[in-house]
Amino acid sequence: MGKPVVATVSMAGCFGCHMSLLDIDDKILQLIDLVEFNKSPIDDIKKFTKQCDIGFIEGGCCNSENVENLMNFRKNCKILISVGECAIMGGLPSLRNGIPVKECLEEAYLNCLTVDDKIIPNDEELPMITDKVYPCHEIVKIDYFLPGCPPRAELIWEALSALITGKKLELPYEVFKYD
Amino acid sequence: MSTIEEVVQKAVKKQGKDPTGMLEIIRDVQAELGHVPDKAKSLIAAGMGLSKADLDGIVSFYHFFSEKPVGKYAVYLNNSAVAVMKGREAVARAFEQEAGCKFGQTTPDGIIGLHDTSDIGMNDQEPAAIINGVVFTGLTPEKVKDIVSQMRSGKDVTEMVKEYGDGLNGSEIVRSMVKNNIRKKGAVIFAPFEQGSAVKKAVRMTPADVIEEVKKSNLRGRGGAGFPTGMKWEFTRNNSKGKKAFVVCNADEGEPGTFKDRVILTELPRMLFEGMSVAGYAIGADRGILYLRAEYEYLLKYLQSVLDAMRKGNLLGRNVAGKKEFNFDIEIKLGAGAYICGEETALLESAEGKRGEPRNRPPFPAQYGYQGGPTSVNNVETLCAAARVMILGGEEFAKMGTFQSHGTKLLSVSGDCQKPGIYEVEFGISLQSLLDEAGGSDAMAVQVGGPSGKCVPAGEFGKKISFEELPTGGSMIVIAPGRDLLTIVHNFMDFFVEESCGWCTPCRAGNVILRERLEKIMARKGTESDLAELAQWCAVVKTMSRCGLGQTSPNPIATTIENFRSVYESRLQKGVGFVSEFDKDKAVEEYCRIAGRTPYTEGR
Ligand SMILES: Cc1cc2nc3c(=O)[nH]c(=O)nc-3n(C[C@H](O)[C@H](O)[C@H](O)COP(=O)(O)O)c2cc1C
Ligand code: SF4
Repeated sequence: MGKPVVATVSMAGCFGCHMSLLDIDDKILQLIDLVEFNKSPIDDIKKFTKQCDIGFIEGGCCNSENVENLMNFRKNCKILISVGECAIMGGLPSLRNGIPVKECLEEAYLNCLTVDDKIIPNDEELPMITDKVYPCHEIVKIDYFLPGCPPRAELIWEALSALITGKKLELPYEVFKYD
Repeated sequence: MSTIEEVVQKAVKKQGKDPTGMLEIIRDVQAELGHVPDKAKSLIAAGMGLSKADLDGIVSFYHFFSEKPVGKYAVYLNNSAVAVMKGREAVARAFEQEAGCKFGQTTPDGIIGLHDTSDIGMNDQEPAAIINGVVFTGLTPEKVKDIVSQMRSGKDVTEMVKEYGDGLNGSEIVRSMVKNNIRKKGAVIFAPFEQGSAVKKAVRMTPADVIEEVKKSNLRGRGGAGFPTGMKWEFTRNNSKGKKAFVVCNADEGEPGTFKDRVILTELPRMLFEGMSVAGYAIGADRGILYLRAEYEYLLKYLQSVLDAMRKGNLLGRNVAGKKEFNFDIEIKLGAGAYICGEETALLESAEGKRGEPRNRPPFPAQYGYQGGPTSVNNVETLCAAARVMILGGEEFAKMGTFQSHGTKLLSVSGDCQKPGIYEVEFGISLQSLLDEAGGSDAMAVQVGGPSGKCVPAGEFGKKISFEELPTGGSMIVIAPGRDLLTIVHNFMDFFVEESCGWCTPCRAGNVILRERLEKIMARKGTESDLAELAQWCAVVKTMSRCGLGQTSPNPIATTIENFRSVYESRLQKGVGFVSEFDKDKAVEEYCRIAGRTPYTEGR
């Protein structure tokens, strides 16, 4: 059997979860021994080139591109993990969920003090904004959830290595303490 | 027209700056101005030594207080499950059509406001609404037409009531169209009652002996929880030495489907008030408070007149019933629309003029109740039964009923039956025999104890109505074959979502999650794993919630999954792992409209 293949994506998030993944320090070398990366900002592979085993999802869905991306991940990965608050609950971006899209757009592009050419962007190339920010599990089936904002590097490492090696995940209390 | 300043000043002055009069102050302002604007809140806050945020908190908590004008005629149409069964939707559409505005809105001229409201205690005569405090029952689209045209012509609501209900509903001072619908009288509540007989008997005994007598009767609370009344009084008495103790009567009757306290308050207030005096004598209290739900405000003046008459007859006031140094009087405090205020500690908070949020227990009200004093909180029916215990004696009372449930129980029967109304039955009768009497023999299910109780299937109709087998605060909602159970369950979940006080997350968020999952299954988008998760969420909300509301709110779902599983299973998508409710086209629709774009689909 070849090495398990991992793909990652950051959607409506801040890349913090990816930073946390990199924060496993020198264990990244072990990780590279253990897995092969496919579509991911880490290696800059833009399109799936093969079927993957694990999809690491950061961020929820705030626009059509996120939704397509997520569905694409579901198609191409055996296991999907929602990593971090934004993927699991919508997180900070979902603070806009109580405000109508119209008001959000007007505030950002028309009324805000620092805009000068007051126009709501409508280029066909831009993703379309969704009415709400959605957590990933409302759109596709998610197999695992790694909580945290971001989840600590150790938690990510432990979870990934448990998945890859099939060993039981040890979750000491400290790992679940957030401030 | 008085200015906001004048209105607030008058209202605050009337309460003499007493903080427990807060709901009265806000009610006066609401009545005078039609709403409680920001400015009024600031002025009340200043007058009462509170912050504006405190006032925001209180005003937004209660259903009948509103920051926005509710309309010169504020229509509050009940949206309970039974109201819906009885044609509420057609009535609502008629209101909208005639008034020219939607529910949740007020007409542009400010004359008519249409509002939904949780159960108003009229399940035996639905659809029903409260308009400016006056109850309208048995509504039909035709009647609505007439009512709206009378509102347009500026008629006073009290003049719109043409026919009065039976019994004291028709009395000069009540003048209400509400009907009693007493279908069956029993030996405790509806047996003949001679004024003064209970309290006179009590004051001839020592308080300790009164408690002993109540303990002998094995009387248990009728409000739902079934706590032994004698024991509650004893605890309260043990804490009352040197302290100011209170008797509080819980007349919040908010559980959808119960209306028995309404009938007691109408026909037997003297018996109730005597029961309170007996309790006061037993626990050593000199003040009683009747906490009356706002929906029953139409009885307020009448109840006050009864209290006056009792004062004149020496059944209240100083040296009650001739007993030296037994001084006891009762005041009435009105709620303002909140189911949670039926929970005894939330009730106490509300009676103190605050947001009706439950307290942490312990300390229990018997230790730390109204204004910190030892307090016995008892249901209306419990206090009447206590009065009967005085008359009959504890032993005689205990002869009625079953091993663990003594005396009788008032049942409020409604829904799909021919004779909805009040049945006073001895504990121990089977559900089936109740259904036979009420003309609902062929029921598919009965919701026993209201939404927070249990959905009982026909196979269990042989069970006995009692604390041990089928406990109930009195709400019995009959559901005929052919009804969609999940629609009813969904209505109950709407109720809990609306009425959760929001203090703790498992209840505030949990009930929303429960309702969403239910909706997913109702929309036939659920899978087997969704059903399993729904059951798990029920357990989470039940075990993690802080008070009785959240601890029972999953019951409609949990007990129908248990007893009517096929209703859920028939709507599941079988053999599928996951079905999403997400609709991408709909999700981007609004943005595309605003930005002037044509939506494209994937792989454009
Ligand atoms: C959410 C909730 C609502 C309640 N509503 C009522 C009510 O409307 N009337 C009532 O008597 N008890 C109600 N109760 C029960 C009271 O907390 C309390 O147990 C009861 O008033 C005690 O009186 P009893 O011992 O005479 O039954 C409610 C409890 C909860 C948790
Ligand atoms: S369980 Fe519900 S009603 Fe009770 S305290 Fe919590 S939020 Fe409030």
